[in-house]
Amino acid sequence: MTGPVLAMEGVSKWFGGLYAVRAVSIAFEVGRVDVIIGPNGAGKTTLINLLSGDLLPSAGRIVYRGRDITQLPSHRISRLGIGRSYQITNIFPQFTCTRNVWLAAQSRMKSCMKFFRPAAGYRDVGKRVDRALTLAGLTGRAGELAANISHGEQRQLEIAMLLATEPRVLLLDEPLAGMGPEETENIVALIRQLARDHCIVLIEHDMDAVFAVADHLTVMVNGEVLESGPPEQIRTSATVRQAYLGDELLESGG
Amino acid sequence: MVTVPSRPVIVALVGILIALAAVPFVGDTYAIKVATRMIVFAIFAMSLDLLLGYTGLVSFGHAAFFGLSAYMLHLYSPEYDAVNLAGALAFCLAVTALAATLIGALVVRTRGIYFIMVTLAFAQMLFYLFHDSPIAGGSDGAYIWVKPALTVGGVMVIDLESRESLFYFALGCLVVCYALIVVVLRSPFGQVIQGIKVNEHRMRALGYDTYRYKLVSFVVSATIAGVAGFLFACIDGFVSPQLLGWRESGIGLVMVILGGMGTLYGSVVGAIAFIGVEEIVRDRNIVGFMSEHWQILMGAFVILVVLLLRNGLTGLLLLIKRRRTANGDGA
Repeated sequence: MTGPVLAMEGVSKWFGGLYAVRAVSIAFEVGRVDVIIGPNGAGKTTLINLLSGDLLPSAGRIVYRGRDITQLPSHRISRLGIGRSYQITNIFPQFTCTRNVWLAAQSRMKSCMKFFRPAAGYRDVGKRVDRALTLAGLTGRAGELAANISHGEQRQLEIAMLLATEPRVLLLDEPLAGMGPEETENIVALIRQLARDHCIVLIEHDMDAVFAVADHLTVMVNGEVLESGPPEQIRTSATVRQAYLGDELLESGG
Repeated sequence: MVTVPSRPVIVALVGILIALAAVPFVGDTYAIKVATRMIVFAIFAMSLDLLLGYTGLVSFGHAAFFGLSAYMLHLYSPEYDAVNLAGALAFCLAVTALAATLIGALVVRTRGIYFIMVTLAFAQMLFYLFHDSPIAGGSDGAYIWVKPALTVGGVMVIDLESRESLFYFALGCLVVCYALIVVVLRSPFGQVIQGIKVNEHRMRALGYDTYRYKLVSFVVSATIAGVAGFLFACIDGFVSPQLLGWRESGIGLVMVILGGMGTLYGSVVGAIAFIGVEEIVRDRNIVGFMSEHWQILMGAFVILVVLLLRNGLTGLLLLIKRRRTANGDGA
């Protein structure tokens, strides 16, 4: 570990007079799974939107590998190696799974202003598509229309698309929501595996999964960071327990 | 993954091509002229479908590029000599592409209803430029006295003065434009614009600068519309501001929707059907006194198709295919 790859420095976002995120400073490292938890409306998704460039911060700085990316538009941030998945499935429903992942993989070509050779002829893109589909466990559904696969499979497709862009940083917004137990297990294993050489920022509600993958936890309440630290610290923290986790954590076998 | 026309579509297209190619052998000069117009508008509608059906941009000012290219042929042609076909075509398309780049750079920033309004506004600006200024006859329009010809080594290869030559040249352009668009749709660029049509936000999150891709699609589409405008100017040798007007743009949209948008071949079918039906309902021998009110019949036709066939006329092909599969299952 060589210090943070991605860091938020005093980042705030307000809509009118309403703070969604207030003065948040967090640093994310490669080789670590950072999980952000908090009740609904705590500003978790806004935080991801700020990191991915879908929203511009109202104040503060976001630094990626020593470079200020605060004002960059989302497509530039994506190209720098920060990829995200969406809480609400955001795919191309009338395309096949392969084609969905293809669009993701193709985005890493230097330029797609190529007009004459068929896209299918770009073998290296095809290889990355196959790899991403395999990792996400979707090989068997490759030819299906994305609209026709199950909700859990669409979540897997989101992850396959993200992987196909070969990001250094993965921002995962509730990737497990709607997945069956078996897929959840597979994806948790995949996240652990990816964590070795990626920086992973994860929002998740499933507490079993959270403690299964987390190396570092950040608790958010009302747009602010309440506490940040290793899972054991959060699990035993009195403030966190009081503010949010409460009985839920105890029940999950903590 | 790939955008290849399916088997029944290829059969239908080849059928249309053969039927068209036969017109000069069986029809009179008037029939050739009508068939040429069908081809010209098929190219125009196809170019619009690239925007409408494949990029998700509804342009209500596409005739601006059609008409601009036609006017450029008038301005480029000397009064008493045939202009060089290759040079004139290159000039007209270059000017059209340039105009599309300038206009596109502004309009592509908008989306949805605003895109419709802004494309319309620019088209009307060009309309009034030719309508109110003396550069090309103003509201009266202007003539191209001698049509372009291609001479290689002193031998006349193509002379668009001849109706047959113009017809076959246009048919060749149709085939080339169709093939070109199919190739482009299969390319990485084509994949990107189709992704933009379905979910532009997601495309941006994936790292695509969607503005640039939409702009290029706009320019390519406008340039192909320029091919159609160039050919149109050669039919009558006459250009008028109406060519750039919103009515012309609207007809393009109707043709694409009539045929079935996002299919490409649908635009060809739509354009041919539109002009074919127009010829029928304007013919006194066929519809009697109603020929004076042919717009009513035309409107009824369009409404019927849109109401009864979900995917336009190409929806018929789908219906036939489905019925066949159903029968096959029953047997």
